[in-house]
Amino acid sequence: MKKEEALSLYRKLVLIRQAEEKIRQEYLKDEMKTPVHLGIGAEGISVGVCHCLPAGSRTFGTYRNHALYLTVTGDVDGFFAELYGKLLGPGKGKAGSMHLSAPECGLMATSAVVGTTIPVAVGAALAEAYKGTSGTVVVFFGDGAMEEGVFWESLNFACLKHLRVLFVCEDNGLAIHAHAGGRRGFRSILEAVAAFDCYHAGGDGSDVPAVIRCTRRVLHRMSEQPKPAFLHFSYLRFLEHVGPKEDFDVGYRRRPSREESARLDPVLRFEKELLRIGCTLDDLEAVRTAVKEQVRHGVEAAQNAPFASPMELYTDVLA
Amino acid sequence: MKSLISFREALNLALVKEMESDPSVFVFGLDVDDHKSIFGSTDGLVEKFGGERCFGTPLSEDAMTGVALGAAMSGLRPIHVHIRADFILLAMNQIGNMMSNLRYMSGGKLTIPLVVRAVIGRGWGQSAQHSKSLHGVFAHFPGLKVVLPTTPQDGYSLLRSSIRDNNPVIFLEHRWLYDIVGDVDDERVVPLGQAAVLHEGDAMTLVCSSWMNVEALKAAKVLARRGLAVEVVDVRTVSPLDEQTIVGSVKKTRNCIVADYDWIFCGFGAELAALISQRCFGCLERPVERLGFAPVPCPTTRPLENLFYPSALTIIRAVERLFGLEEADLNGEPFYSYEQRFKGPF
Ligand SMILES: Cc1ncc(C[n+]2csc(CCOP(=O)(O)OP(=O)(O)O)c2C)c(N)n1
Ligand SMILES: [Mg+2]
Repeated sequence: MKKEEALSLYRKLVLIRQAEEKIRQEYLKDEMKTPVHLGIGAEGISVGVCHCLPAGSRTFGTYRNHALYLTVTGDVDGFFAELYGKLLGPGKGKAGSMHLSAPECGLMATSAVVGTTIPVAVGAALAEAYKGTSGTVVVFFGDGAMEEGVFWESLNFACLKHLRVLFVCEDNGLAIHAHAGGRRGFRSILEAVAAFDCYHAGGDGSDVPAVIRCTRRVLHRMSEQPKPAFLHFSYLRFLEHVGPKEDFDVGYRRRPSREESARLDPVLRFEKELLRIGCTLDDLEAVRTAVKEQVRHGVEAAQNAPFASPMELYTDVLA
Repeated sequence: MKSLISFREALNLALVKEMESDPSVFVFGLDVDDHKSIFGSTDGLVEKFGGERCFGTPLSEDAMTGVALGAAMSGLRPIHVHIRADFILLAMNQIGNMMSNLRYMSGGKLTIPLVVRAVIGRGWGQSAQHSKSLHGVFAHFPGLKVVLPTTPQDGYSLLRSSIRDNNPVIFLEHRWLYDIVGDVDDERVVPLGQAAVLHEGDAMTLVCSSWMNVEALKAAKVLARRGLAVEVVDVRTVSPLDEQTIVGSVKKTRNCIVADYDWIFCGFGAELAALISQRCFGCLERPVERLGFAPVPCPTTRPLENLFYPSALTIIRAVERLFGLEEADLNGEPFYSYEQRFKGPF
């Protein structure tokens, strides 16, 4: 990877991390009145996958969407405005954290009902095939979503129709507090998916270069012969399911060791990579400083911004 | 025995009592067995009754609802729990095509004793996908019972009655009610299908569901200060509906506002208004007024969310309008505010 490319990826990772760390601080003031599902530990997946997408690709996601939103849009001010419920947010404050979207940037929809954007992404891919266009559609979802029948129904249909849709499973091994072992009657996600007529691959979601390699490989094959692809990336959810805190001490899982934390932190891990390819500590520091200012500005602007007027309650319901 | 307990403790107590007295009762659903235990309502069930009688499930609402149905047809009494009613929409096929019909289609041979518990209502910016009530949707199907308790006593007694009922019962619990504390007599039986008069009056009947009762009681207090005695009728069960109590009250007061915790258009409020207009036509002094959610998806941001939901103030203003009274100055009047009680993230 070239230094320039790597630093631009780093900037995205740092932006997402710093934005969420800022949420962790500010949330305790009770001004962000929206449930927040933070993705600390998962940043590498959205950033890595989206880095490989051709221009004009469209994405769908879940309530754990901050990384996806920021990597696709780079819109820090809009992001914080939405979290503070302000008019300048992408959903005018009506959406909140769980439903961020930016159709103008290809981020079509995210949803707080598990699994619900999966068939919608397949429909978007059907439209590409129908119109004879070749846009790629990507849908991100958690491992829990694969327990819903709609996942398998969508995968089946996409395979049947050879649609150009990329299913990306962000697997943290948890659905709220329930471990995978207590929810799955099958041995392995990739094995189960392998029975379908699609490309599939997987790896460590904390390893950004690996995510990129994996994604590029399947995208290349999809472009040669259209078929859906399924990507499986594991990661560690560093925080509680919803909210700003850690929850390693409440009893359902153990705290990772220092080494594990370092290995599973996509930002720290990517910093090592940057140094390996010749970036300097100063290069990294410069990125962090610039991002810090961007985040500070976004939060301050959002705090001072106006709420929607009462009449906005009634707008946007129907076309 | 009487005790002063919260709504969540009342639900928990009802589950414990029924599980103790009937080994065929079991509780299942996403997150019923984790440390947060559905806002505390399933607390301790695994420890007391074991993982066979209280267990979590995969995320598979449609299939799990069918599983509940199959177990109920086979002599068990399942209680299937959802942390939000919105997720039941994934299971509407099992509810609307199967659960509500099988007894009828079997010529009365099948019995389906099951309870679907779900949380409704507000939290911390719950937004459009975590805030629906849906009682009107469920009650639309013949073959289902639909229960919305308000007081801790009713939470306790109606849950016990629902578990003992030999029919499918949808049991909807408002999130804010969980913290409300009240006297609960553990011997008190409340059958399904009976409304309750929570506050007596002769000027106006307020027919309410779920949280709207709390708002209506506050409105009743404020209105009493200017000499208006309003009667608050808690429907308690939407289906079967206690027409007699509702009609009786309106015949006495000759005025009625229906305050339903749902959208107005095509909702349960329309059913109530139609019923009252038909049965009380001759004695009504004015048309039945209806209050409910604004006709939009529920917004996240607090200022718009506050406009979306009807409140005690909405009720007071409606009463004033109907009686042609000037709006009372209510500056400084303490209304229920969850700012101090309810914090994020969920
Ligand atoms: C259909 C549906 N059922 C239940 C829920 C409640 N719920 C919210 S998140 C969640 C866990 C989902 O786990 P996963 O898909 O692995 O995503 P993660 O939160 O781990 O990113 C559950 C059960 C929901 N939002 N939607
Ligand atoms: Mg998960």
